[in-house]
Amino acid sequence: MNEIWLMIGQRLLLGLLTLFIISVVIFGATELLPGDLARELLGQSATEETLAALREQLGLNDPAPLRYWNWLTGVLQGDFGVSMATKKPISELVGARLGNTLFLALYAAALSVPLSLLLGVLAALWRNSIFDRASNALALTAISFPEFFVAYILVLWLAQTGLFPSMVRITSATTTGDLLYSAFLPALTLTLVVTAHMMRMTRAAIINLLASPYIEMARLKGLSPMRVVLRHAVPNALAPIINVVALNLAYLITGVVVVEVVFVYPGLGQLMIDAVTNRDIAVVQAIALIFASAYVLLNLIADVLSTITNPRLMHRK
Amino acid sequence: MEKPVLLTIKGLQIEGRSGDAWHPIVKGVDLTLHKGEVLGLIGESGAGKSTLGLAAMGFARDGCRISGGTIDFDGIDLRTAPEAKRRGLRGKRIAYVAQSAAASFNPAHKLIDQYCEGPVVHGVMSREKAEADAVELYRRMRLPNSEEIGFRYPHQVSGGQLQRAMTAMAMACRPDLIIFDEPTTALDVTTQIEVLAAIRDIVRQFGTAAIYITHDLAVVAQMADRIKVLLRGDEVEEADTRSMLAAPRQDYTRSLWAVRSFARAEQPPATGTPVVSVRNVTAAYGAVDVLKNVSFDIHARRTVAVVGESGSGKSTTARVITGLLPPRKGEVLFNGKVLPPNFKARSREELRQCQMIYQMADTALNPKLRLRELIGRPAEMYLGLRGKALETRIRDLLALIELEPDKYIDRLPSELSGGQKQRIGIARALAAEPQLIICDEVTSALDQIVQEGILKLLNRLQGELNLAYMFITHDLATVKSIADKVVVMQHGAVVERGPKAALFADPKEDYTNLLLSSVPEMDPDWLNRLLAARGGHA
Repeated sequence: MNEIWLMIGQRLLLGLLTLFIISVVIFGATELLPGDLARELLGQSATEETLAALREQLGLNDPAPLRYWNWLTGVLQGDFGVSMATKKPISELVGARLGNTLFLALYAAALSVPLSLLLGVLAALWRNSIFDRASNALALTAISFPEFFVAYILVLWLAQTGLFPSMVRITSATTTGDLLYSAFLPALTLTLVVTAHMMRMTRAAIINLLASPYIEMARLKGLSPMRVVLRHAVPNALAPIINVVALNLAYLITGVVVVEVVFVYPGLGQLMIDAVTNRDIAVVQAIALIFASAYVLLNLIADVLSTITNPRLMHRK
Repeated sequence: MEKPVLLTIKGLQIEGRSGDAWHPIVKGVDLTLHKGEVLGLIGESGAGKSTLGLAAMGFARDGCRISGGTIDFDGIDLRTAPEAKRRGLRGKRIAYVAQSAAASFNPAHKLIDQYCEGPVVHGVMSREKAEADAVELYRRMRLPNSEEIGFRYPHQVSGGQLQRAMTAMAMACRPDLIIFDEPTTALDVTTQIEVLAAIRDIVRQFGTAAIYITHDLAVVAQMADRIKVLLRGDEVEEADTRSMLAAPRQDYTRSLWAVRSFARAEQPPATGTPVVSVRNVTAAYGAVDVLKNVSFDIHARRTVAVVGESGSGKSTTARVITGLLPPRKGEVLFNGKVLPPNFKARSREELRQCQMIYQMADTALNPKLRLRELIGRPAEMYLGLRGKALETRIRDLLALIELEPDKYIDRLPSELSGGQKQRIGIARALAAEPQLIICDEVTSALDQIVQEGILKLLNRLQGELNLAYMFITHDLATVKSIADKVVVMQHGAVVERGPKAALFADPKEDYTNLLLSSVPEMDPDWLNRLLAARGGHA
């Protein structure tokens, strides 16, 4: 067990190093964005004196490394700074949106992960059957259309008919039940987009193992095909499956901007787009860092789970 | 043969698919097995032994189909029975023991979980009872720590122990018939004996009938009551073991028996500077010493066989000589001159002098290159041959390894048989015109008849080209036929060395004696005598 903790510790440190490098890249990239924040805030009519005063007040005249240092130390203390556009603390602004994004990601994951694992296992079990071909074809069709197209088709079929709302409104009075109902279409859109990857990886990972001698042995022990796949193939196929699931979960958190826009869902993606439009650099930086953390954390979890499910790594000789 | 018949196979035909065409693998074989009887199936690879063994379970591998004949197991027609009924028989009344237990145990589950699966799924006994039964059978198979070993994962158990655990697993439902598919082929000779003795005892204790598939005649002589010889899917002959061994009727059977007759003439003691001289080499992977103070010489036109079990340091010695693993202490001399320890520091000329041939010709040849390139590259790189000179050299090399140049020069490795691939491995080594060739288990993956061809070829080439050979092998029959000098290794150290004849006639060390006496002999009483001589069980 100690080895596992050691490994988790090492990966955490590596993850922190990755995040540090990413923070440099994020800061550097936002430096390259065109435009002048002071002018953006004060408008075209501002005089040179007021602009200079504001730049001084915001610390925009400091050299870049110093501003990076101030930003980083703030972030490490949980202080992302103040939104320059809205004058609100960023943690407050991002906090609510992050909750919404995580809710939608979890919702879509709760639909798509079981669905794709089930489809993948069944497709492997009945490989080359009508079921296998049909589920493959459908999943590939869903992934081949752009997200907004899938979203509009769903709106056309399921919202125009009045079954589900096409817009998501979240107020303090919204209950979880309401939320599940009103966020169903965005969650379904995301499910359709990510299912194909996970399903096809599950199918491929299992089929890859079916030629192994231990699978033949299981069949020669007189086990049913379902038992052979579930008990003898799946446990050995977990590592690739876990990794593709983690990658798709990260996508569900970070890559849903288009879907949020279509369904007017108040998530992080929308906030980031708005912030880029407004040159609200501190907000852009904060969200980019959150997205990066999600990737690093999910990959870390995937690594640890792959190790735990592999007896050769868990139980040394 | 008054015992009742258990299995009757008549006119069995099995086909395998290649592309869109079906070609025959088993061509109308008959087979009768009585209760409690052990039938040995022997033949070269591709003879259809495994396919026939699996068909006795009503099973055909993917890409194969049973296309004709009948399989009657105790009154049940396995060809027409529904799949559910066949599944009910498999594991319960007919069990299977595979060639490589390491690959055939599921790496994700503990041994005892895999043991209990069959009895529980078939409703033979409860999980608790199966666990207790497993410990009992592990004990009978003479596994160490029989109480505890089942709770390990396959990778935590050695190959010989896994093979016994697999036999115990096959016994779990007390089947009427077990198919043993080359169960000891992948094991060292000393381990093989333990497994053979354990299998034979347990089969006798429970009166289980068995089909024992192997390519090793000496092994089958110990195990089987009757022997059936197969050749390319056809039966050659069948007889009870003693009469078959005493008087094989068919030419093919006799040729199988005669394979091990090739022996190199005794050479006078070598003199002069050895081609390669390994001096007091100690080498380590990480902190662990895997070679301890190893020394030996190899002279031109001489073959030194390095023998020992897997893990004894044979291949590591080769890695030190080739410079892949710089030693921690000691040195390697080539024609009396010290070689740089790391191959990166060696000159091209030094690298050219020492070439290797590998065990798995399949994986040692780049599948995308034609023979012209495979053999041509070293000739081009080391000797600077170009154009017409290179073409002539490639053709000469092909002729040297007895492959017709015009027919083979533009083939891919996939268009060759196993023996031909190994010949290409030899040609590739020769292309560099080396003085020393290291042969790492070069015949282990080949059938005995093909082996003999390769050994004769290597022997002829040595005489013609003044080569020195270092021959790494665990197969003592190969050593007997080709070596001049033998170096016996155990746990990374040289245990004993000497001229072949002297060493075989009068081994000085216990370990050498154990190794030599473990090589199965054709005599059906050999195993009994050996076990008696070693005092009970090995």
